[in-house]
Amino acid sequence: MAVNVVNKENFKNEVLKADKPVLVDFWATWCGPCRMMAPVVEAIAEEHPELKVCKVDIDENPELAQLFNVMSIPTLAAFKDGQLTGTAIGYQPKESVLKLFA
Amino acid sequence: MDIIIIGSGPAGVSAALYAKRAGADVTVITRGSGALAKAERIENYFGLAEPLTGAELEANGIAGAKRLGVSFIEDEVVGLAMNEDFTGLVVQTPGLACEAKAVVLTAGSTRLAPKIPGLKELEGKGVSYCAICDAFFYRQKTVAVLGEGDYALHEAEILLPHASKVMLFTNGKEPAVKIPDTIEVHKEKIIAVEAENANGMERVSGLRTEDSAVTPVQGLFVALGTAGSVDLARKIGAATDNNRIVVDGEMATNVPGLYAAGDCTGGLLQVVKAAYEGAVAGLAAAKYVRSRK
Repeated sequence: MAVNVVNKENFKNEVLKADKPVLVDFWATWCGPCRMMAPVVEAIAEEHPELKVCKVDIDENPELAQLFNVMSIPTLAAFKDGQLTGTAIGYQPKESVLKLFA
Repeated sequence: MDIIIIGSGPAGVSAALYAKRAGADVTVITRGSGALAKAERIENYFGLAEPLTGAELEANGIAGAKRLGVSFIEDEVVGLAMNEDFTGLVVQTPGLACEAKAVVLTAGSTRLAPKIPGLKELEGKGVSYCAICDAFFYRQKTVAVLGEGDYALHEAEILLPHASKVMLFTNGKEPAVKIPDTIEVHKEKIIAVEAENANGMERVSGLRTEDSAVTPVQGLFVALGTAGSVDLARKIGAATDNNRIVVDGEMATNVPGLYAAGDCTGGLLQVVKAAYEGAVAGLAAAKYVRSRK
């Protein structure tokens, strides 16, 4: 599956009301480590249909970053049943990201 | 420039030798001597009929690389990033930005962050190790940089245009460089990073110093001493694990063109291991540069 681009308008429906666990990649275009993270996030979306994978551009959606206290990017956040269940900060290899859902 | 090697210990010099002999144009940026120079006697390295001091072995290595035409620049590296179109790497020193097709990190292992209560727990919740990555989140906020040298000043200068106020906390040390008036200097020791609750999550609210005073800050950027290999790796998005850089069999990191060798990759803190890894990294970097031409 592809990575879903979400924003402040559809975050509630796409992430909080999703019917499976959601990985959200908080990123920005100017962030080098985020660019390194992108292919890892895309690979997870391809290989793990049991997860929904989304990304949020924090430049366009500062409200979402603030709401979830994102103060460092990349931040990978795991949501289950509308709740934030874990975060990982900085570039992470695939295995570390998946540990958020273990 | 083809290859920049950061560090001039056995890993850096071996990387330089092998890359140079493989036909690449190689520059070493070093802030001078590292861990090897502190070793009193080296007698477990191949080819030494008599023991040498670490400083002698290091000086011999540098002299040999210079003889082969490797250039050495004595400067401190304070930043590492991708270039604009993500085709090369930019190495930042206090006065200069140099672009290279490949970079080998051999600046040794870094000591761990000081044991200030709250520092580790609040990482990503107001404690940051990368101003260029996170300055955005501190627009019109009050931030502190923990450190005393060029590296701390560099991080503070990145924050200045964004934050409403930037302070430098030297944690008991004298500043090693001249700090401009726009940055407020605090020399007291920090005894704790204080947190407050926001939206049900903890977040940095201030720094408690030895005089029991709390200075309100919303962000703390850690930049003690000089930037080590792991600090630089984190800024560019290279994978790290427990204060070491994650590399493959060719000493390549996950960042295209970025290699690491020596103490910063973990394992034996020995000259022979650093020299081997440097050789592999130097060859791999030279091969990478050739493939990009």
